[in-house]
Amino acid sequence: MSKFSLLDHEFIPHHEIIDEDEIKSVLKEYNIGREQLPKIKIEDPVIKEIGAEVGDIVKITRKSQTAGEAPYYRYVIE
Amino acid sequence: MVLQEATIEGMVKDLPLPSDVKQTLISDSVKASVNKKQMGEIIEKLLETYDKSCVEPCEAVGVISAQSIGEPGTQMTMRTFHYAGVAEINVTLGLPRLIEIVDARKRPSTPMMTVHLDKEYLEDRAFANKIAWMIEATHVEHLADVTTDLPNMQLVIDLNEKAMNKREVGIESVMEKLEHGLGVSVVQASEVSNQLLIKLKEPSYRELLQLAKKINTITLKGIDGIKRVVVRKEDGEYRLYTEGSELKKVLEIDGIDPARTSTNNIGEIYEVFGIEAARNAIIKEATDTLREQGLEVDVRHIMLVADIMSCDGEVKQIGRHGISGEKASVFARAAFEVTVNHLLDAGLRGEVDELNGVTENIIVGQPIKLGTGDVHLVSRNPLQG
Repeated sequence: MSKFSLLDHEFIPHHEIIDEDEIKSVLKEYNIGREQLPKIKIEDPVIKEIGAEVGDIVKITRKSQTAGEAPYYRYVIE
Repeated sequence: MVLQEATIEGMVKDLPLPSDVKQTLISDSVKASVNKKQMGEIIEKLLETYDKSCVEPCEAVGVISAQSIGEPGTQMTMRTFHYAGVAEINVTLGLPRLIEIVDARKRPSTPMMTVHLDKEYLEDRAFANKIAWMIEATHVEHLADVTTDLPNMQLVIDLNEKAMNKREVGIESVMEKLEHGLGVSVVQASEVSNQLLIKLKEPSYRELLQLAKKINTITLKGIDGIKRVVVRKEDGEYRLYTEGSELKKVLEIDGIDPARTSTNNIGEIYEVFGIEAARNAIIKEATDTLREQGLEVDVRHIMLVADIMSCDGEVKQIGRHGISGEKASVFARAAFEVTVNHLLDAGLRGEVDELNGVTENIIVGQPIKLGTGDVHLVSRNPLQG
C-alpha cells in the first residue's frame, strides 16, 4: 500500500504555503504583522508533509459548518 | 430579460459573502429566473441583511460563548457512562467528557477508536474479523491456561487450539514472543501436544512466581493497549470500534482506510494529524457530547473555544495551565484561580499591569473596553474652524 497522504484525511483541511505577494495582501487585509497570526509548529505532521519552513505562512482552507469554506492563516514557528 | 446562470455567477462571485451563501444565492436566483434589476435588488438586500447578522465590533463574543455553553452545561448529567451508539463499548459522556475536552487531557478516561476498512473490503465480514484480531491485543490468558508447577519448578502453558486458530496465532510465534519478552527458554512438552514448558535455569520460588505474573503482560499478537475490538455493520459497511486507542500503529495496518480512521483522544489526533485536525476533533467531540444529552449549542460558540485552544499551534486547556493562566494581566489571572499566588509572584517579579483587558478594569473600577467603551470620540473644536 502506498503511504497515505495526511491531507487526504477527513479531519485535515487543505494546507498550502503562500508566496510573499499573498502574504502581503493577507497582512494588509487584517492590518497585522506576521507574529500576530495564529501559529502552527514546525513539528506539526502536516507542516512536515508539505515541507514548510519556520517563518512561512500557510493558508488553511477549512470546511466550515457555517460558511461552507473558510480561509485561515497560520504562521510557522519553532 | 431573464438572466443566464453564467451572468448571475459573475455578479455574485466577488461579493464579500461566505461561499455557502453565494451557492444558495446562485441556485435560488437561477430557479426563480430573475432579471437584472431584480438581481441587483436581491444582492443589495442580501448584503444589508448579512451585514446586520454579523457580530458587531467590540462585542464580547467570548463571554457569550461561555454563557451559551455553560447554561446548557448545568442541565447535563453529572456522571454518565454510556455505550457509544449501539456498540457495547463504554465511553465517558456528559459533563465529565465535556470537562475532559476543554481541559485538553493527554488521555481521556475512555479512549476509543473508530476504524474504517478500505473500499474493497467494506462488506467483507471475514476480513473485518481478521483485522480485528490484528488490532486487539492477545495475551497468554486468551490462548492458554498457565499453571505453576512447583515440584518441577516450571510454568506449564496449556494452549487452547481453538482459541489459537480463531486468533490466527501459531505455536512458534507464541514461543518466540515469550522467549523474547521474558528472556527465558520455552520448550514444547514431549508427551502432551499443545503444551509449552518454561523452566528456570536456577530453581528459585521467587522468580517462578514473578514469571507467572509477568507472563500475562506479554502481548502475543495485536497492538498493546487495545483491550477489545467490536465489529459492527453500519450503513452497509463493517466498522471496527476499539476500546483503547493507538492511532499511529493502527494506521500502519494494511486494509484499513487511514483517511477515515480516527479516535476520541484529542491529544493523539494532535500528534498524528496536527493542530487543524485537533481543532476539528474538539468541535466534533464537544458537539457530539452536547447533542447526546439533547442540548443544542450553536456550533460558532464551540468553534470559538476550539480556535482559542488551538491558536498557538498546540492544544491548550482552558484554565489555569492554559488560556486563563497565560493572560498578560496579573489581575485577570488573579481573578480566576489561586489569587494569592499570582499576586505574590507578580509582586516578587515587579510586574506591571497595563490595564488593557476587561477583568482588570472592572477590578480597579474603570470603564471597560467593550462595546461602546472601546470607542474613542474625538470632536473638532468649532471655534478653531
